Amino acid sequence: MSLIKEHDLGTPAQPGEATITVEVDGHPVTVPEGTSVMRAAALSGIDIPKLCATDSLEAFGSCRLCLVEIDGRKGTPASCTTPVAPGMKVRTQTPRLEKLRQGVMELYISDHPLDCLTCSANGDCELQDMSGVVGLRQVRYGYEGENHLDLLTDESNPYFNFEASKCIACSRCVRACGEIQGTFALTIEGRGFESKVSAGGVDFMNSECVSCGACVQACPTATLQEKSVVDLGMPTRSVVTTCAYCGVGCSFKAELRGDELVRMVPYKDGGANEGHSCVKGRFAFGYATHPDRKLEPMIRESIQDEWQVVDWETAITYTARKLREVQEKYGQGSIGGITSSRTTNEEVYVVQKMIRAAFGNNNVDTCARVCHSPTGYGLKQTFGTSAGTQDFKSVAAADVIVVIGANPTDAHPVFASRMKKRLREGAKLIVVDPRRIDLVRSPHVEAQHHLKLQPGTNVAVVNAFAHVVVTEGLVADDFVAERCEGYEDWAEFIARPENSPEATESITGVPAAELRAAARLYATGGNAAIYYGLGVTEHSQGSTMVIGMANLAMATGNIGRDGVGVNPLRGQNNVQGSCDMGSFPHELSGYRHVADDAVRETFEAVWGRPVLPEPGLRIPNMFDAAIDGSFKALFVQGEDIAQSDPNTKHVFAALESLDLLVVQDLFINETAKMAHVFLPGTSFLEKDGTFTNAERRINRVRPVMAPKTGKHEWQVACEIAEAMGYPMKYGNPSEIMDEIAALTPTFAGVSFDKLDKLGSVQWPCNDNAPEGTPIMHVDGFVRGKGHFVPTTFVPTDERSTRKYPLILTTGRILSQYNVGAQTRRTANVAWHPEDLLEIHPHDAEVRGINDGDMVSLASRVGETTLRAMVSDRMPVGVVYTTFHHPITGANVVTTENSDWATNCPEYKVTAVQVGLKTQAVPTQEAHEERPITVLTD
Amino acid sequence: MTVYVPRDSAACSVGADEVAAAFEASGAGVRVVRNGSRGMLWLEPLVEVVTDAGRIGYGPVTPADVPSILDGTNQELSLGLVEELPWMAAQNRLCFKRVGVTDPLSADDYLSHGGMEGLRKAITLAPADVVAQVTESGLRGRGGAGFPAGIKWKTVLDTPGELKFVCCNADEGDSGTFADRMLIEGDPFCLIEGMTIAAYATGATEGYIYLRSEYPDAGRTLKQAIEIAYARGWLGQNILGSGHTFDLFVRMGAGAYICGEETSMLDSLEGKRGMVRAKPPIPAITGLFGKPTVVNNVLTLASVPAILADGAEAYAALGMERSRGTQVFQLAGNIARGGVFETAFGMSLAELVNDFGGGTRSGRPVRAVQVGGPLGAYLPADRLDLPLDYEAFAAANAMLGHGGIVVFDDTVDMAAMARFAMEFCAEESCGKCTPCRVGSVRGVETIDKIVAGQDTDTNLALLNDLCELMTDGSLCAMGGLTPNPVLSALKHFPDDFTPRTALPIAAVSHQEKTS
Repeated sequence: MSLIKEHDLGTPAQPGEATITVEVDGHPVTVPEGTSVMRAAALSGIDIPKLCATDSLEAFGSCRLCLVEIDGRKGTPASCTTPVAPGMKVRTQTPRLEKLRQGVMELYISDHPLDCLTCSANGDCELQDMSGVVGLRQVRYGYEGENHLDLLTDESNPYFNFEASKCIACSRCVRACGEIQGTFALTIEGRGFESKVSAGGVDFMNSECVSCGACVQACPTATLQEKSVVDLGMPTRSVVTTCAYCGVGCSFKAELRGDELVRMVPYKDGGANEGHSCVKGRFAFGYATHPDRKLEPMIRESIQDEWQVVDWETAITYTARKLREVQEKYGQGSIGGITSSRTTNEEVYVVQKMIRAAFGNNNVDTCARVCHSPTGYGLKQTFGTSAGTQDFKSVAAADVIVVIGANPTDAHPVFASRMKKRLREGAKLIVVDPRRIDLVRSPHVEAQHHLKLQPGTNVAVVNAFAHVVVTEGLVADDFVAERCEGYEDWAEFIARPENSPEATESITGVPAAELRAAARLYATGGNAAIYYGLGVTEHSQGSTMVIGMANLAMATGNIGRDGVGVNPLRGQNNVQGSCDMGSFPHELSGYRHVADDAVRETFEAVWGRPVLPEPGLRIPNMFDAAIDGSFKALFVQGEDIAQSDPNTKHVFAALESLDLLVVQDLFINETAKMAHVFLPGTSFLEKDGTFTNAERRINRVRPVMAPKTGKHEWQVACEIAEAMGYPMKYGNPSEIMDEIAALTPTFAGVSFDKLDKLGSVQWPCNDNAPEGTPIMHVDGFVRGKGHFVPTTFVPTDERSTRKYPLILTTGRILSQYNVGAQTRRTANVAWHPEDLLEIHPHDAEVRGINDGDMVSLASRVGETTLRAMVSDRMPVGVVYTTFHHPITGANVVTTENSDWATNCPEYKVTAVQVGLKTQAVPTQEAHEERPITVLTD
Repeated sequence: MTVYVPRDSAACSVGADEVAAAFEASGAGVRVVRNGSRGMLWLEPLVEVVTDAGRIGYGPVTPADVPSILDGTNQELSLGLVEELPWMAAQNRLCFKRVGVTDPLSADDYLSHGGMEGLRKAITLAPADVVAQVTESGLRGRGGAGFPAGIKWKTVLDTPGELKFVCCNADEGDSGTFADRMLIEGDPFCLIEGMTIAAYATGATEGYIYLRSEYPDAGRTLKQAIEIAYARGWLGQNILGSGHTFDLFVRMGAGAYICGEETSMLDSLEGKRGMVRAKPPIPAITGLFGKPTVVNNVLTLASVPAILADGAEAYAALGMERSRGTQVFQLAGNIARGGVFETAFGMSLAELVNDFGGGTRSGRPVRAVQVGGPLGAYLPADRLDLPLDYEAFAAANAMLGHGGIVVFDDTVDMAAMARFAMEFCAEESCGKCTPCRVGSVRGVETIDKIVAGQDTDTNLALLNDLCELMTDGSLCAMGGLTPNPVLSALKHFPDDFTPRTALPIAAVSHQEKTS
């Protein structure tokens, strides 16, 4: 295995059907119209020297190395900026060109340190390569002229250095920051010879830089270089794998020296990211080797006892025995498990199989319960399956983009960059969010409408949208008539006066005129696409809202083609996959109900065990049953329910009631602190399998190194099952995928071989779509006809009171991930060392709170303390925080309210009071010894 | 009694405002009109007194001369009828027809001197026919490149687009040039009319004038003129009942020479750092904010009203070969009579410099003339027989550029001038392309080494290689043309490059803004 270096074709591919044939050094090559001479040459196998060009950026034409001669044209045009023309004859190597190129390199090298042998980019430097390619043999100017050699290095970013003395001013970093990432943090300062790359006049860390790494990747020299490369040296081999952070599912080349990971480089052929990355996936992988990580199994009789390190066999035997003991004492249904959206499809599949076949019940649920379970319900009701309708690329064809309850620039940054690119091209943006997220106004992006709704009133807003569409004659009648059912009843419902923008204004706080304008734009602005996040699902009417958006898309015909759709932005790397794999108590893989005899029979035939036809317990049911004593043992695969689930007090009470809590994780997380068995998990660098991202894309996760624990997680589940008397044997994970494919119609065509061949596929992948399905519901809905379902707005029970006058809503921040177990163990803490409470200046002032003050945050279920950030991003009456740090314990205050259909917690609406605090509450002071102690009222 | 005192900033810089004030204060019966400059800068402040015979000129006038001019006793400064002065009589003023004649901000004056005839004619024609008139006139871009204006307009007309722009390049940064400023200060309606015709012809609805920040007076005049034009219905909606809409805005530059390069100017107009764009795409197709855009120089656009009013044939009848019509030349540097001289192409450079310009101001022999700004070639005294014609100049490795002519006497050090060309490029380079950004700095250093006698032959060869690289390899004309003054100095004045101890650098380093 060697280092993968993608062939850089110099300029981006051009769309379009028409082709042009040209001759490059006598070789004919046919390329799409608009293709640069440089790219055409590269495609014909001739790489023209270049420095400022790279195929991820638009041609710039600054280095002047790529000059060519074209028959019949005067001069020596730059091949990067010259498009091909029919019959063009290009010469890339002539004595004149050689002399010019040497002249250019002579100028570059006259202002460059001559430390190649000790330079961190030695062997991976395009300047070095080009000096060789053009045959530079002397620098006649000498090295005593004016130069930049004494410029200082900016080491402020924790992950990369900016060694300004090595900069060749090609602007690739500046362009990458703008064109790819869309942040525009970098610029060129000064002009002429004084031109310098600058992060806006300050160091990188204090600039607007979001540390996505695009500049580092674009840099052709050592100027922008990963610190890990400086420290460790050049990697020698690559493994293409998939990021384990958010649901975007970026492909990366893990670059190693031996078994040591040097850097993660986004992979150009990755379908989800196409060579882009964010600060988490690109840099924050150090947690995998963090000293906190536990690599050996541990057991203890009681959580008061010390952990006892044991070997795998002991741990597995102990776990199996304990599980059986509980079942013998309390019944077959007294145990269950939770699968993880962080692990591979194969690992999830074996855990749910272990539960259904070895535990002999359906008490399996997954952490999607607390994030996107309403997506599953809502989209299944209306469209027929639980999945986003589009691929990410589709956003490039959208004319109107609606972002509801999502903050993509923080939570799905790589997709946000695609979206911002389209917005810069002129697509219109509607943001529905109480908070002024960055997308509302950021460089070259501005929302046409920002509907600042009251938290908890999503359904009223979406109904008002639909009301405008129906009553103003904006319905796509043909689409509805041909493709949908239930329209008449729904239209009658939605046209009622109580759903009009004027009627809902007093509930939602969204001015009727603005809502009407936004609705008209959505219905008439061309291709309209909805992207949504947990601001939609984590409500008491989360499922209703998903249905409401689906109704709206169907009514306007915005389903079934490029540029439209209803798209959940999934939170975790494999939340789509864990749902697909049959992690819900009522569904087998592929979203088929356990009550369906025919489906169950296929599983029983392969598994050789009966599958119960009744759904098992959901996570909140498990907690309730634990407290009432009927549920006594829980297997938790890679999820920190103690920190991430709402109403911490209630969760702790449940966990304390268990006889056996088994946790499989990388770290002793908040949940593991209450466990009896700890099974060390593997990081994504050790895993072998697949993740499925938010666009249903199944990506390979390839092992970069052997499991540090000595055992794959899927092997652990198999061995527990076997120790419980049910043999589950697989030689390797591809055999697990083969079983999934055999039992799941939407996965029928999926195999590791196919994934290795195609890179990735989007399900459904079967005989009808052997290479997968980028866009769903093209010719018809999965359920046949799209189904309109009336969505009556029912206000949440959680509302502000005199005692708790503010509404708390929670979310995420770019540098941190979920409960922070990983990102807190990386240098990402430099950006977000603690959770902050964002509060409007007015709400702060009346409470005497200044920016940076410690404040108490209390709801009817709990209280915590954190630092206030006074911010006019918040509307009056609403406060916001993140839940990345256990010390904050944001979920101490969130309540047990949940979605009516799926029990997805209502994280986004909690009535709270905020007050100035001078001392931390006892909970947090005691945090070092024990996790969040539950407060007494 | 009506007295004309120029408001042109060149005249004001030598006291025109004080002279005007003196006339105003002189008592009843004197009406002072502030006109543009006639372009005879050595006579400024040039006062004209209206008589039955015509406008009698006096200059240069100081406030002390006012009483004697008013009572008709001043013979010393009297020039006779201005129109009959040889300098004026020898010109063929189309662009500058009204400059110095009218009150620049009087719309009525403008109309009574032939203003708006071009636009009125244009709107009776189909846009394509207006473009055809401009094409047939042979008008070429006066900014320096000399590209046929009609072809550019046709490209914009033929490129579909809901939004198109007309941008006027008034970032007049070349050394020894000031015609754009004098036209804007002296006859702003002419530019507005020219731009409006361009807009009508190409389907553009918005226009921008990019004016260099060093021209605050011109900026004020232009903005007032635009306001007046709106009030008259010459701008805005339904211009002169044509149904065409055209809105016009002024944008001030920020002191960068490179923003006179059209693509840098577009970047700057977009609010970005002024950086050269690679072409293609050309601005006519992908211009301001990515829309089809006419980019023309002030003088190009100011030539258009006359072309439409008098017909393409009349314009094309002037000039020689492929250089048709008139060019506004600007005489500057070490010259006895500096100023603006508009004439049909074809006159020789010698005639212009020696006969009209009167040779050097110092009285010493002319040694070199630089035509076309800081990137123009140096012509030695024995090559001044060149006709003023784009192609004739090109054949002599020189260029007409924007018509700036800077004269040097025999004390000039041409190695220092060559060095200055590189230094100017280093100072003004946008920094995008390598040959210009790094090459210009190395050029200065290499010339220093040559003059210091350090490896002279090697460094001369290196300088030649560098000039070849900058010519062939630079992204835009800034780096591409910088070798012109360097190589012409080397070719025509090789003796100046022989070793010596030090260059009198201080003597030349501030000569760039001779205008």
